Amino acid sequence: MDFINRNLPYLLAGISVGGQYALIAIGYTMVYGILRLINFAHGDIFMVAALVFVYASASFPLYVSIPLTIIMTVILGFAVERVAYKPLRSAPRMSVMISAIGVSYLLQNLALYVTGGLAQIVPSIPVISDSIKIGSATTRVVTVVTPILTIVLVIVLMQLINHTKIGMAMRAVSDDFETSRLMGIKINSVISTTFMIGSFLAAVGALLYFTNYPSVVPTSGAMPGLKAFVAAVFGGIGSIPGAVIGAFIIGICENIIKGLGWTTFSDAFTFALLIVVLLVKPTGLFGEKATDKV
Amino acid sequence: MKKLAAALICATMCLSCVATASAETVKIGVFEPASGDNGAGGKQETLGIQYANEETPTVEIDGVEYDVELVIVDNESSTEKAPTAASELVSQGVSIVLGSYGSGVSIAASDIFAEAGIPVIGVTCTNPQVTEGNTHYFRICFLDPFQGTVLANFASENFEATKAYVLTKLGDDYSAGLGTYFTQAFEDLGGEVISDTFPDGTADFTSYITTAINEGVDVIFAPTSTEAAQLIISTASSQGVEVPLLAGDTWDSNVILNAAEGTNLNVYVSTFYQEGANEEFDANIKEWINSDSTNLSNNGGDDTVAAVTAMGYDAYYVALEALQNAGSTDAAAVNEALWDTTYTGVTGEISFESENGDANRDTAYVKVANTETAAWDFVAEQGVQ
Amino acid sequence: MSKKTNTIISAVLLVALCGFVLILEQILPSTHIALTVLKKSCIYALLAVSMNLLNGFTGLFSLGQAGFMLIGAYTYGVLTIPVAERASVYQYYDGGLIQFAVPVFVGLIAAGAVAAIFAWLIGLPVLRLKSDYLAIATLGFAEIIRAIFQWDKLGVITNGSNLLRKFPTFKSTLFPLIVCGICIAVIVLVINSSYGRAFRAIRDDEIAAEAMGINLAKHKRMSFCISSFFAGVGGGLLAMYQTSIQASTFKSSMTYEILLIVVIGGLGSVTGSCLASFLYIACSEWWLRFLDTETYIGSFKVPLLRSGFRKVVFAVIVMVVVLFYRKGIMGDKEFSPARVHDWWQKKKAKKNAGKEAAQ
Repeated sequence: MDFINRNLPYLLAGISVGGQYALIAIGYTMVYGILRLINFAHGDIFMVAALVFVYASASFPLYVSIPLTIIMTVILGFAVERVAYKPLRSAPRMSVMISAIGVSYLLQNLALYVTGGLAQIVPSIPVISDSIKIGSATTRVVTVVTPILTIVLVIVLMQLINHTKIGMAMRAVSDDFETSRLMGIKINSVISTTFMIGSFLAAVGALLYFTNYPSVVPTSGAMPGLKAFVAAVFGGIGSIPGAVIGAFIIGICENIIKGLGWTTFSDAFTFALLIVVLLVKPTGLFGEKATDKV
Repeated sequence: MKKLAAALICATMCLSCVATASAETVKIGVFEPASGDNGAGGKQETLGIQYANEETPTVEIDGVEYDVELVIVDNESSTEKAPTAASELVSQGVSIVLGSYGSGVSIAASDIFAEAGIPVIGVTCTNPQVTEGNTHYFRICFLDPFQGTVLANFASENFEATKAYVLTKLGDDYSAGLGTYFTQAFEDLGGEVISDTFPDGTADFTSYITTAINEGVDVIFAPTSTEAAQLIISTASSQGVEVPLLAGDTWDSNVILNAAEGTNLNVYVSTFYQEGANEEFDANIKEWINSDSTNLSNNGGDDTVAAVTAMGYDAYYVALEALQNAGSTDAAAVNEALWDTTYTGVTGEISFESENGDANRDTAYVKVANTETAAWDFVAEQGVQ
Repeated sequence: MSKKTNTIISAVLLVALCGFVLILEQILPSTHIALTVLKKSCIYALLAVSMNLLNGFTGLFSLGQAGFMLIGAYTYGVLTIPVAERASVYQYYDGGLIQFAVPVFVGLIAAGAVAAIFAWLIGLPVLRLKSDYLAIATLGFAEIIRAIFQWDKLGVITNGSNLLRKFPTFKSTLFPLIVCGICIAVIVLVINSSYGRAFRAIRDDEIAAEAMGINLAKHKRMSFCISSFFAGVGGGLLAMYQTSIQASTFKSSMTYEILLIVVIGGLGSVTGSCLASFLYIACSEWWLRFLDTETYIGSFKVPLLRSGFRKVVFAVIVMVVVLFYRKGIMGDKEFSPARVHDWWQKKKAKKNAGKEAAQ
């Protein structure tokens, strides 16, 4: 019992942060599934969502600022795709990735300019930022809400992908880009939708994440973004349930490592895990086996 | 298109090369971060310098009235960008430089200033290595070994602490250094220390706080930047930490007050200046900060006077004093004059010891964050026995 | 233009460049911003060319540059700090473990060698990965290396989170110019050798290259190690430039910065990388600095100008290059007197043709 009491907080922290990584990881995995592109700017979109929320809630009540944040983030995701990725559709993959790095650089510098380099305090959302006691551990309500909300959103998303027309189009495009274009699927609108869904989830993730850790700086998105990407690879890139499970595993492991006193290597561990997965099982936990086409 | 681009580049080159030098101007360089990890602190420090400059925009050197022009560059809190920022100041022909917030950038730029023969007054860079073994870098603040000892003494005297949790940032020399000195002093007093480090970009401090709680420590010492501080405070409060949180001068900022407001935490900091120690200065600078929205946002949104602002203010006057003593705007003469320059500022008596040019300071102020009024309450003046 | 004249003119141009820098050093004060920018851009040119060898010439998308630079910088620093100064540098670790110092050039070569050894070890597993997976794995390795170097248990060697300093540095701009020049020349020799042709064959088509009898694993590893060697030397030089070493500077953003230089210069162009690094450093740290200060023209306050604006403008410029001038300044071509000559001839011919047509 004492053992559980001592370690419950680590576990709770892991689950909570895992849920937030999961929401970001879905964006990565969906975009990668369709475009074969690591969207380096995704973490920064996550950061911008938090900033929009900070500025929106300075002038609007919560019931306006939350939807506004989500809408603005979705528009941003859409715009980034149209401006920075669409013109490079036929370019080599490296060019698109460099463009993604460029967008990330631009978003961070814009955030730096707007905030003046000062950390912005994210206003707390009532109810979910209150403290509660679970067993012996004191934590925030958001810790409990996050995994539940994540799972609900994933189920909704899976329904969308498996049972709607746009979902079918997405699956087709990720299966074979060229053939689905020949079949008359509007590639561009499918890709835009993917980016919008990814950004929507990133915005929700940002609201939850920054309720827990209420301070945002221009580089706030970089680390969670990278870790979410690792989670996506770990779970098998292209697979949504895989990304979610990968994210939870990474979140929990990370906190256990901190609990063991190996704090110096908590980030390094995530990358070590990535490399091991890539070498041992490059398709991840749930990824489909890809055949190299000549 | 290409011609246009070329023309633009030429134009910018000309703009940056043409120095607006007039005979009656003396330039003081401000070498501070406005972005990066220490952006917030650097801006507050710059505010103090700017305010002092607005208050006293001229100086009389050898019977001639000079306009003081501040040349402000952003060193981006990065040792890799610091040399070009320093060169920019040198190229602009400054007579003396103030800064920087953060010791790493000061050390990285030190050689450039040394080579150009320009003296520098460190405002709040507390690492001993900044001034060690050179004759051009001075400083008006106390040093990390002193601060670490003060805080260790304070913890053991006031809280009868025997077990401390020291949380420092990986790869941050300020944080690691202060943590080491605190640990040394605390262990000399018979205490036990548990230390942890967090990597750059950490937002989730839950596990660290949990470890501290599980270990049953009497005090948490976290010498970190204000950005991490916000998150540490918020996490500590949500986990119901009851033991006091202790930190060094970086935490003396309204960012911390805002984060601690409405919580049940006891946040103690050691610092250079106590708000309210000089009421006239406080009232005037508050009015000045409130008069301009840029100043207000640079100060973090309200008018609490940070110690670094007061230090910046004093540093500017020390520079003017040195210019007057030197009787010339020549950097070498100013450097010579600095050794014997003394000044009584809002943060106390300032003079330099004759070996490294460190400030003669033997007291630090300890303050506690009042979580109801979001202001600092004075606790004690602490020295080293 | 014959090959021989081309080489001679190139050599003359390079000597002229050295002479120009030498003259510049005489007329400008030694700490003038132009010289500081020149020093830094020489070092960045080397870093960019070494990254280009991997990304542009071999087609391996690696993002581990900052990690290898870090290894190089630390190796150089650890080995060259004079014994007398070690007590003050390693003040938290009783003077550190290593109690000898080597000369500067040995230190720089060791910096490259250690980086190359690490690259070889890392390459064993990672080079099996393709394109973006390789990118993310090398990025991960760079982060792991950074964590290891900051670990306080290794503090007796690396000084933990504290700065390494007091190692020998350079004063003259000629030093980085010549050292980087030699290194870049070596890279150019590699590129023009049979190995270099194999690298380009791998970039253009791995399967075809393999069918031609090129040992993929061997050549990839070779390119990776050579590139890392020079990244290590560049790291050592960067340490000399900033007179202190701190692991926290070598973040992934540094890799991105160098990658952007490579892209602006043109993937697969050595001269492009050199040119781009000068433009990049000069713009971002010198010419555009005025954007950071609030300016009044008369009583009119120029809008938008305040601290941070420089970086926004710069990021927009970079984005424009990436999107609209995808080939960068030089594409995959090289700047050479012969090319300028050809281009001039062509232009003349065109003009003449135009005239004739008009008549």
